[in-house]
Amino acid sequence: MKPYAIEIKSVSFSYEGAEVLKDVNLTLEQGEFLGIIGPNGGGKTTLLKLMLGLLKPDQGEILILGQPAHDARHRVGYVPQYIDFGRDFPISVMDVALMGRLSKSRIGKRYTEKDRDKVKEALKKVGMGEYSHRLIGTLSGGQRQRVFIARALVTDPEILFLDEPTASVDTEFQTDLYDFLKELNKDATIVVITHDIGVVSSYMKSLACVNKHFIFHEGGKITQEMLDMAYQCPVDLIAHGLPHRVLPTHEEE
Amino acid sequence: MRKNKMWDALQFEFMRNALLAGLLVSIICGILGTLVVVNRIVFISGGIAHAAYGGIGLAFYLRLPPPVGAALFAFVVSMVMGIASVKSKHRADTIIGVMWAVGMALGIILIELTPGYNVDLMSYLFGSILSVPQIDLWYMLTLDIVVLLIVFLFYKEFIAMSYDEEFSFVVGIPVRALYFVLLAMISLSVIMIIRVVGLILVIALLTIPPYISEKYTTSLGKTMALSSLLGIIFTMVGLWFSYHYNLTSGATIIMVAGLAFFISLGVDALSHRFRIRHEA
Repeated sequence: MKPYAIEIKSVSFSYEGAEVLKDVNLTLEQGEFLGIIGPNGGGKTTLLKLMLGLLKPDQGEILILGQPAHDARHRVGYVPQYIDFGRDFPISVMDVALMGRLSKSRIGKRYTEKDRDKVKEALKKVGMGEYSHRLIGTLSGGQRQRVFIARALVTDPEILFLDEPTASVDTEFQTDLYDFLKELNKDATIVVITHDIGVVSSYMKSLACVNKHFIFHEGGKITQEMLDMAYQCPVDLIAHGLPHRVLPTHEEE
Repeated sequence: MRKNKMWDALQFEFMRNALLAGLLVSIICGILGTLVVVNRIVFISGGIAHAAYGGIGLAFYLRLPPPVGAALFAFVVSMVMGIASVKSKHRADTIIGVMWAVGMALGIILIELTPGYNVDLMSYLFGSILSVPQIDLWYMLTLDIVVLLIVFLFYKEFIAMSYDEEFSFVVGIPVRALYFVLLAMISLSVIMIIRVVGLILVIALLTIPPYISEKYTTSLGKTMALSSLLGIIFTMVGLWFSYHYNLTSGATIIMVAGLAFFISLGVDALSHRFRIRHEA
């Protein structure tokens, strides 16, 4: 039997005395496409960092692909939320994306031609093929985000985590990106933290809302409970969301 | 006549040693300084350099060779500062600042307590490139080779760690270990940089060349190369001025570097204005 993609067992996490996450539980099958919504400061990014092994839970346990999060980190890809760093860093788009080909077992070795081809292909996929020799600092925010997506793709991730991947890209690329993720979802589990749930809900197989507590819905629908817990979730967007209805109808209640 | 004077100067062993020391130290500063600047660990590097004076004092007090004592002490200090910066992120700068000051104070007191020694504090504060002994040149050369080798071997890992620590951690690079390796290299190099420009000016030689270079280069390796070259130019020109006008060598070298720094700022401002006017 395949191990679960993500298994979170009664995880709590505090940051400097303030409780950020309380008793979070989640079991996610491989091949899922999970959207995580929630208000700002609700603990979305913290939860992501716990899953990536960047933070350790105060209580509970997190298994990624059957391994402790810290040991499984090389099997996952990650697109960070804040991309506005290192603007003065002398580095080309190509070299940033090549970082996705780094791994523990290849420390001290040079990049191969195969690595470069793979990165070129990924850059092309995100529409940055022509920019590979540009300095990263000269790109716009949206362009940089595309490069970071390419960088995550070339890690050959079994699970791809994206933290607000559409925060600074244009609407056109948003749709492209989700189409692209849907394609990728055939081979990999995908977890997206997002605000624009209305636009993209049709892509997601399951949904969760986090605001210190955590609610998971396998069907990809937003429950009344989620809204009650985190009314700051983008309710309007969801109600008017075009692709399909994510709010339960009254009959279901 | 002047050319002759400089040529004459080269006949002296101390002058040849000075030039060699400037060359070797500039290469280390170019490589490590680039990593210091992009990792934003200028403060911790300053802390290591100043606290190292405690090691110099300790070496005199215990009658060890000063470079060895200072290097060991600086190494220990750099590891403690590294741990502080990892474990207590929010007060790391305070802890480093305290160690910075206490290290220097310890050095001054230990040297005062050492009988029979009349150590010239100024030569450690501002360097004494004109009195670099042969043995130090060998130490510098070894250090150059070791630093070059380590950075060459883990080049892409150092870049990744410097550019995006979290991502590097996720793909499995031991970022913490690399960070401590970097601090260790800085601590062992600082003693040699002190020889050339003094502990007060270490930071300038570490940061000015990379700061100028990173604006004109497209990769970290090129930044390191250009920084080393600039460092060599600064030390050579500074040395010439200091010899010719009988000025303190370390301070003169830094003044040359500082002048280049402000010129580069000025050029940036001008080219920026020119570009705006051009686009308008």
